[in-house]
Formats: sequence, C-alpha cells, structure tokens
Amino acid sequence: MNTSRRQAGKALTAIALAATGLGASTLALAQGSGPIKVGILHSLSGTMAISETVLKDVALMAIEEINAKGGVLGRKLEPVVVDPASNWPLFAERAKQLISQDKVAVTFGCWTSVSRKSVLPVFEGSNALLFYPVQYEGEELSANVFYTGAAPNQQAIPAVEYLMSKDGGSAKRFVLLGTDYVYPRTTNKILRAFLKSKGIPDSDIMEEYTPFGHSDYQTIIANIKRFAGAGKKTAVVSTINGDSNVPFYKELGNQGLKATDVPVVAFSVGEEELRGVDTKPLVGHLAAWNYFMSLKNPANDEFTKKWAAYAKAKNIAGHKDKPLTNDPMEATYIGINMWAQAVAKAKTTDVDKVRAAMIGQTFRAPNGFMATMDPSHHLQRPVFIGEVRADGQFNVVWKTKGPVAADPWSDFIPENKGKKNVPVMAKK
Amino acid sequence: MAQGSWRRVGQGRRSLGTWLLTLLLAALALLATLAHGPAHALTPEQALKIAEGDSDERIAALAQALSAGADQADPALGPFVEALLADEVKLAGGRVFIVQGDAARDAATGQAAPLPEGAEDVVNNNRIRRALEAARSALQLFSSDAAERSRAIDGLKDGADEALLPLIDRAMAAEREPGLKDKLEQLRAAVMVSASDPAKRLQAAQLLGESGQPATRALLLERLGVEDDAGVKAALTASLAAVESRLAWGERLGVLFSGLSLGSILLLVALGLAITYGLMGVINMAHGELMMIGAYATFLVQNLFRQFAPGLFDAYVLVAIPASFVAAALVGALMERTVIRWLYGRPLETLLATWGISLILMQTVRSIFGAQNVAVENPSWLSGGLQVLPNLTLPWNRLFILLFAALVLVGVALLISRTRLGLFVRGVTQNRRMASCVGVNTARVDTYAFALGAGIAGLAGCALSQVGNVGPDLGQGYIVDSFMVVVLGGVGQLAGTVYAGLGLGVLNKLLEGWQGAVLAKIMVLVLIVLFIQKRPQGIFALKGRSAD
Repeated sequence: MNTSRRQAGKALTAIALAATGLGASTLALAQGSGPIKVGILHSLSGTMAISETVLKDVALMAIEEINAKGGVLGRKLEPVVVDPASNWPLFAERAKQLISQDKVAVTFGCWTSVSRKSVLPVFEGSNALLFYPVQYEGEELSANVFYTGAAPNQQAIPAVEYLMSKDGGSAKRFVLLGTDYVYPRTTNKILRAFLKSKGIPDSDIMEEYTPFGHSDYQTIIANIKRFAGAGKKTAVVSTINGDSNVPFYKELGNQGLKATDVPVVAFSVGEEELRGVDTKPLVGHLAAWNYFMSLKNPANDEFTKKWAAYAKAKNIAGHKDKPLTNDPMEATYIGINMWAQAVAKAKTTDVDKVRAAMIGQTFRAPNGFMATMDPSHHLQRPVFIGEVRADGQFNVVWKTKGPVAADPWSDFIPENKGKKNVPVMAKK
Repeated sequence: MAQGSWRRVGQGRRSLGTWLLTLLLAALALLATLAHGPAHALTPEQALKIAEGDSDERIAALAQALSAGADQADPALGPFVEALLADEVKLAGGRVFIVQGDAARDAATGQAAPLPEGAEDVVNNNRIRRALEAARSALQLFSSDAAERSRAIDGLKDGADEALLPLIDRAMAAEREPGLKDKLEQLRAAVMVSASDPAKRLQAAQLLGESGQPATRALLLERLGVEDDAGVKAALTASLAAVESRLAWGERLGVLFSGLSLGSILLLVALGLAITYGLMGVINMAHGELMMIGAYATFLVQNLFRQFAPGLFDAYVLVAIPASFVAAALVGALMERTVIRWLYGRPLETLLATWGISLILMQTVRSIFGAQNVAVENPSWLSGGLQVLPNLTLPWNRLFILLFAALVLVGVALLISRTRLGLFVRGVTQNRRMASCVGVNTARVDTYAFALGAGIAGLAGCALSQVGNVGPDLGQGYIVDSFMVVVLGGVGQLAGTVYAGLGLGVLNKLLEGWQGAVLAKIMVLVLIVLFIQKRPQGIFALKGRSAD
C-alpha cells in the first residue's frame, strides 16, 4: 500500500518531468524545424464580427502567400485561428491558450481597445508578440505590441483639422459621439484638448456615448440636430464601433441629416461597415484612414485583385460577390509581411530578436507609400480623408503630403509631457 | 440694361408704352448678345475651371458662370451642375464630359462625344457640393414649376448672403404664388438682417420671427452675438423667442415619437411573450431566437426577390411578413411538441430547456448563415422620412413599425377574445382540467397557442430587420426587454403589455434625452426593480379566481 503509493508518487513525478521535457522539446521544436505557428485572435461572432471577421481572412491570405513563396526561414507558417466572440475577458483566455498551449511565435489580432487592454497583461507576462492592426487612442506603448494602425495624430487630429479648414466646412461646433469604452473616451479627451487649443470653448462641444450594440439612434440624431441648430457650423466626430454603425447611418439617412449641413467624420467606419447600408443619403459624410480601397496605385491594384481572387477561391461570404478591402485589412497585411521580413532578418522566431529586427523594417504598402516601422513600434503612415460615394466607396478629398510618424503619447494630454515614444520593457 | 428689361417683363407692367419700351430693350439686349457672341455661354474652358483645380478656384469659376444672373445663364449650366452633383462628370485631356450610363457628351456643348481612355472622375468635397447646390437652387429660382421654385428657396436658406440679394429681388418680383412670395420674403430677411442700415436690420429681425426653421434660430443666435444696435437686438431676442417656441414643439413631438417608436418595438417583441409566458406560463428563453428566425426569414425572402424578381424588390416586405410568421410558428410548434409539452408546470426545467434550445438555434443559424450580420435592405418606400415640421422628420420605417405593431396588437386581441381558438386558449390556461372535461383537446390547443406566440415573435423579427442589425445574436438584445415589459405590465394581461411597452419606450427616450443612452438604460432598470418590489403583480393584475 505504502510502497504502491510511493511508486505512484514517483510515477507522477516522472510524468510531470516528462511533461516538462516535452514542453521544452516542443519549445525547441518551435525554434527549430517544422511549421511556425501563427495565432489569429479576431472576433468571428458578436457585435465586432462585422469588422473583425475579414481581418482573419486577410491574415490567412497573407500567410498563404508567404507559404507559396517558400515560407519563412525555409519553414511554412501554420495559422491557429481562435474566436474570442466580442467578449473581452475571453480575449485574454484565448490569448493565453494561443501562447501557452499552441505555442505560437506571434499573434495577429484585436480590434477594440478594450480587447487589446484585456490581452496586454498576457502578452507582457509571457513576453509574446502581438500585432495590432487598428487605429486606436494611443496612451499605451508596450514592447510586446506592434501597432500597425494609426495613432491619434495619424487619424483623429488631421480629421478634425480638416473639418475646421475651409474645404471641410469651417466647423466651429463639434459633437463627439462614440461607443462607451476606452478608445472613444480617450480619443475624445485628446480631441477636446486639441479643440481647446484651437480656441473652441467647452460649450461648443457635445459629448455622447452609447453602449456596445446600441441600435436606436433616434434621440442622438435629434440631439445632434438641436445642437447644430444653435448657430455656427457643426460637425460630428463619430467613434461608434461595430455593428451599431448600421442603425446609426440608417437613421442619419432617414432623418435627412445631410453631409452638406452637418458632416459626420467616422474613425471606425470603412468600406466593410458600409456594406448593406444604403449609402445614397450618406454621400459626403467622411472617414479618416491611412488607406482606402479607391486609392489608385499599382500596389493597391495588386492588393485588391489578390483579395478578390482569394475571396472567390475561399468562397468568403459577401466578399466573393463584392470584394472590399479596408484600412485594418491593409494594416494586417503589412503587419504579417513585416513580421516575416523581421524573422528572416533575425534568422529566428525568438521574440526579443524579432522585436529588435522589426525596427526599421519597410514595406511597400497598398496605399502606395512606403511603410516604415519606427522605434516607437508604430508605422509611419500617410493620412487620407475620404467622402462616402453613392456606391459605398470613398473619394479621397484630402491627404497629407507623405507618411506621418506616430505620436502615441499625445501632447494634448498634459500628463504625457516628457514621455518618450519608445516602449519601456515590462518588468519581469 | 438687359437685366432691367427682363425684370420689367417679369413684372408685367400693363401700360402700352412700357410694353413697347420693354420690347425694344429686349430686342436690343438680344442684339447685344448676338454681337458679342454668347456672353454668358458655358465655354469648355469655363466648364474645365468649374470641374478641376482648387476648391476656391472652382467656386469662383462657378460664381462667374452665374454672375450674369441665374435667369440668364447658359442652358447647359443647369444640366452640368446637376451632373456634377450626381458624380457623373469625368475629365480627360482638358475636356469635361458628362457620362450617363454608357453615353458620354461634352459638358459645354452638349454634343455626344466618345469618352477617351483613362478619363478621371471629378471629385467634389462638401464645400463644392454646397456651392453646387446653391447654384442649382439659384438656377431653379426661375423655373416654371412652382414645386421646383419652392425647393430652390429652401435650398438657398442656409447659404444666403449679400451677393444673392439682386437675384432674390428679381425672383420676388417675378413670383406669383403668395406662399412662395412669403418664403422669398423670409429669405430676403435672412440676408437683410446683416445689412449695414440698422432700420433694414430691424425690419428683417422682426420678419424673421415668423419663421419656424432651425436655420433661422442659428442665424438669429449668430446675429445676436455681433449686433450692437439696442433696438435691433431687442427685435432679434423677441424673434428668437418666437422661433424657439415654435421649434420646441417639433422637439417635444420628436421625443414623443421616438418614445412611441421604441415602445412599439418593445410591444412587438413582448406580444408573443405575453401569450407564451403571460397566458401559458412558459418561461421561454428562446423567445429572442424566434425573433431572430423571423428576421432571417425576411432576409431569405429578400434574397429570393433580388434573385428572381428584382423588379418587385420593393414589395418583398409584404411577402416577408407572412413568411417570418410561418417560419417562427413552425419552429415554435416543433419546440412545443418535442420539449416544452413535457415540462408544463415545471418552470425551472422549462427555463433551462428553452435556454438550451436558444443556444441550439443560434448555433444552427451561425452554421448556416455565418456568424456575421446579414444585410437586410429597406425597400425604397421604407427609406427616408416624412417631414412634418421643419425640425421634425419621421422616418418611414419607424412609422411603418408603429402601424404594424398596432395591427398585430388588434389581430392578437381579436384572436384571443373573439375566435374559437382564443376561447379554447383562455379556457385551457384558466382551468386545464375543466377544459379537458368539456372536450377540448388541450394538447393541441397548447401547441397552437405556443406556435401563435412564436409566430408573433417572428413578426417582431421581421419588423426589427428594418431598423437594426440581423445576426445570430439579434434575440439576445431583446429577451431581457421583452420579459421586462410582460412582467411590468402584469402577467396574463394584453392591455398591461401595451401600456408597459409604450410607457417604457417613452420613459426610456425621455431619460435618454436628459442623461444619455448609457445612464437611461440603467435608470429604467432601477425604476422597474423598484416598481416590482412595490407591486410584484405588475401594473395590471388579474383579479378573481383565475388570478392564481
């Protein structure tokens, strides 16, 4: 009895040891031969699925493309797709699963900032890499994240500057409208400080928030109308995220609020979100991005054609008949390619070495400009402002002369004084 | 000179001498025009200037083309401006083309011309679009169609400035319709309120008080900020108060309407539950998923119409209504026959079982249609809105749902109170054993009643597809709301459901206007909890023997 128990104990220890050994050997395997696993962490269901599903597809396309060219370091990439279902705690859980169970070398994922905040401790705690492809509010700089979307000075601030310019309608009053979470609240905090620096008083700024998945925009549109009726040119800055945009724009069109009266500039609405919305009443409303599908240049032609062919081949719902590309798709595409380049340069998938190799990587982006990864872990990107066309595409009405470097610690927030745009390594 | 003559023709002085003089002047003007070539004709260069370049230059070119007066502009200008607004203009090799379908023509001459390769779209920003719209309005100010003139005056309302004054004066002189003349008077006042002569400003400020337009309020507020004459300032304040009191009505009605609209949606989603939960006592957690099935049925009908009868696309909603009812009712009947009938009188088990069914239904739809939302388009007659007051537009889709909810309500009330099936349902729910004794097939009545409740949920789904998103999670957002309405209204009472649905809608919208959407939701929930604490039986409680 006693001995058998002891034996059992020994056996357990042996198993545990073997398991650790196995773990170590798979780790070695991840560094050695066999396919390199790549995690894809995007909501495929829930309120964010409208935006995120297609990012998963474009990531798979990029991986397939890299594999067709022989992979990285002579090894194929193997995607591991998980669905965090627009559920923020689930994002952290799935991220943990990708890192510790699937042992992925890198993860591409997240859209909302609240999901990114949720997975951040996981990536920092186990020193893993996340590529985040969406414009966001800044105020964060992790050594474990590469931000391929826009920081506020690469999207929000140029957009508001445009609204205040003569061509943008010389707006003097602003409605800051958003979904109730960290990205809209922080962006609006920065915008408020920015507007103040431009001499707009607080009384000329209205801030409104709605819950995720909100679908009744009657009151908000009525409030906007009332606010706009109190004199001076008014513009709306929308940071509404996810599928709430569809009822918002439907109501906007139905209530007859035209872009020539009150233009709405959106930061999370692109070609994909406007699919299925009747865009004829929305002509002239604006969006600010670093990429639009309608851009005309050889790199974009190639990208859109590739996507159309891929969507058709994979029978992707919606896209097989009407292929659309948008900014976060482009950012995902750039991110994966840059990571592959960095791995090739570092000759390993080791996180610390890849991180060092990432800085200074360049890639000919589909928007026609060279994207460069700065030491700030952000890309240098040009900014475009587009107006909605009747066919749901955007006409570029304004753009920066060239790529703009990111400023994640916005100077418009007083606490950021003296903070450098270089990530500080998380303490272990 | 030419302008003066036209004005007199327009005014139609009656004396013979004047007529002769006018004719003479007109002839002279015509001769002058012929001698100098087309003075105000749209040249290709001008068209190019309007279509290409800096916003400032384009607007200047447009103003120049109009400078001779909108009533004398080249006839090609109107169609050109229309085409620019419709994004039908292309540029190629320094020439401007209007492209409609496959046919292209030169913008200036109007002659058909083949479109060269690589022609580029003309992009207009909002500022240019506003200038183009103003130009269109100016051109239409002298249209022979009264409705078009009325639209033109409305279009000029926002951008009226000093430069427009001669044009407005001429239009006023030419205008015959008294209603339109008043509108022009208002338009003139909106310009004159910034005039340099205080007397004119005073007159304009007083006149503006008759307006009910939101734009007038904006204008008055703006003028109040810069006005320094005390008399004019007082008139502006008085006018502002008058305009605001008129606008306040629009706003109040707007809040009421949005509340009723939300209420009608709540009523629709709760009506089915009022039968399955209220009458039958089944806690149906899959109620939301039955709505989702109705919405997907609408989506399918829409796709069928698009594929097989694109010409009749606008009518798809009419077919989708019965289709969504039948689809949801069939699923409901199946649910009742296979699961729920074994669980009558065991609320906890029913709750768990129906919750399980809801998950199965959601996953099934996800597997068939994908996890993403599907696009349900509004037919054209449900897009846009009805302008009731200058600051109150009622969207057609919401009006439709309001009416639809009322019809469904009447239908259900009649069915329950007037038909044999209704009688059986009431009988079975009040006293199952007694009903059974007198020969009612209670099992079948249960199935019918549950299928009816499910079908009404399907109708709600069809209605929801016209205002919100259609996705596998559609029902999740409404299940809490629908239980809230039924419980608040009083279980087993149709009237209670009506009052609770509409009441919650209006209350929610009132609070939302005051405190924002996030807090309003919380406050409504707290209020309901407090109310149920005080009065667990809801607003309307059943009295008498059937109460327990």
